[in-house]
Amino acid sequence: MFDQIPPPFDLVGPLLSGAVVTIGVAAVSCILALAVAFVAGLARISRAFPVRAAAVAFVEFFRGTSLIVQLFWIFYVLPLFGLSTGPIETGVVLLGLHFGAYGSEIVRGTVLAVDRGQWDAATALNMSPGLTMRRIILPQAFVAMLPPFTNTAIELLKGTAIMSLIAVPELAAAGRTLVLNSGRTAEVFSLVLVLYFLIAYPLSRLVRAFESRQAAKSRGVQNA
Amino acid sequence: MTIDPTYVGEIFPILARAALVNVLAACVAFSLALVGGLFLVLARLSTVRVLRLLATGIIEFVRDTPFLIQLFFVFYVLPRYGITFGPLETGIVALGLHWSAYTSEVYRAGIASVPSGQWDAATALNLPASRTWGRIILPQAILPVLPTLGNYLIVMFKDTAILSTIAVSELLGVALGQASLSFRYVETLTLVAVLFLAMSLGASAVFRTVEGIMRPRELTRN
Repeated sequence: MFDQIPPPFDLVGPLLSGAVVTIGVAAVSCILALAVAFVAGLARISRAFPVRAAAVAFVEFFRGTSLIVQLFWIFYVLPLFGLSTGPIETGVVLLGLHFGAYGSEIVRGTVLAVDRGQWDAATALNMSPGLTMRRIILPQAFVAMLPPFTNTAIELLKGTAIMSLIAVPELAAAGRTLVLNSGRTAEVFSLVLVLYFLIAYPLSRLVRAFESRQAAKSRGVQNA
Repeated sequence: MTIDPTYVGEIFPILARAALVNVLAACVAFSLALVGGLFLVLARLSTVRVLRLLATGIIEFVRDTPFLIQLFFVFYVLPRYGITFGPLETGIVALGLHWSAYTSEVYRAGIASVPSGQWDAATALNLPASRTWGRIILPQAILPVLPTLGNYLIVMFKDTAILSTIAVSELLGVALGQASLSFRYVETLTLVAVLFLAMSLGASAVFRTVEGIMRPRELTRN
């Protein structure tokens, strides 16, 4: 069956296994990044100075240097300290930490944007800070977090391509191997770009849906 | 595992000079992105349907695909069609094109924030499109988005590290080359991170000062 597929598309087969790895790495990294974002974001607004300082240092480091620099640093330096993990584990952890740092700013921003009155009312009702955060603040902040989180998820997906530089067998790596084997550079890279676009498309539709909902909201009820 | 401070002193000048390539590449690519984004947003908001669809498609596609692959595409594929640049020029062009898609969205938000009365007034005064855009809309659209554009420049400083994958002699590439000779990865790569951090925090500080100076003027404009 496969020898009847017309020219550019016969290259899709070898790329698909890379695409699966990309989606898998991205999904797991997203979950890790979400966890890191909440921990670091809430730590960043803690009243305890050491906690806040640690969070700031963490966020500033991961936002102040690019993913590729962090990648090579982790890849070459950590083994010298005895910590050697496989490429995929390294990639997942790095993506989780890096985009968790960006996500933490989103968490921080949306939590701080919740009306001060909510905190006052919770205190008046004798709710502990933890309970307030869990039952009152975070649910309200979470709605605002979704659009920028989705954007960050798209960035994370694109970040998986950089993992190809440490031999993670994802889509970009599959593409480069295929270019070496087949010599059909333009077709392969075009297909790789299209595949990334297809994977990202559901997320980007989600972002555009969020954007239009925001626009509709700010146009006001009278236009409904 | 020892850290050699004298080695750090040795490679610092080499790395610092390589970092200048990153700064240069980022600044030139940023200028390209500022201009490219303007063309893209004008096409995106054009009344000509083909232009609008084409621009929207390009913007979506560039924003949803990894820059690394776009870079490889420009670097490996364009020479086959006779367009050959050196690695640095190719990298700058690719960076500029990629970020044009982002600046165009920023411009779009700025244009949307211009009060609709301005458009009505321009129509009432029978101004041609070029005057409307050039003298009324764009000056008001670009001012509020300058902070975001400044942020993009700072991100681009760091993004230039990817150019190491097409053998540009910028900071990361030079550092990896040095480290592969001396096997002193810790010192070299840590210095790379420190230099990028310095570029990023330094540029942020400069922008915040500029914003502080500009803000009083912004308040009196309204």
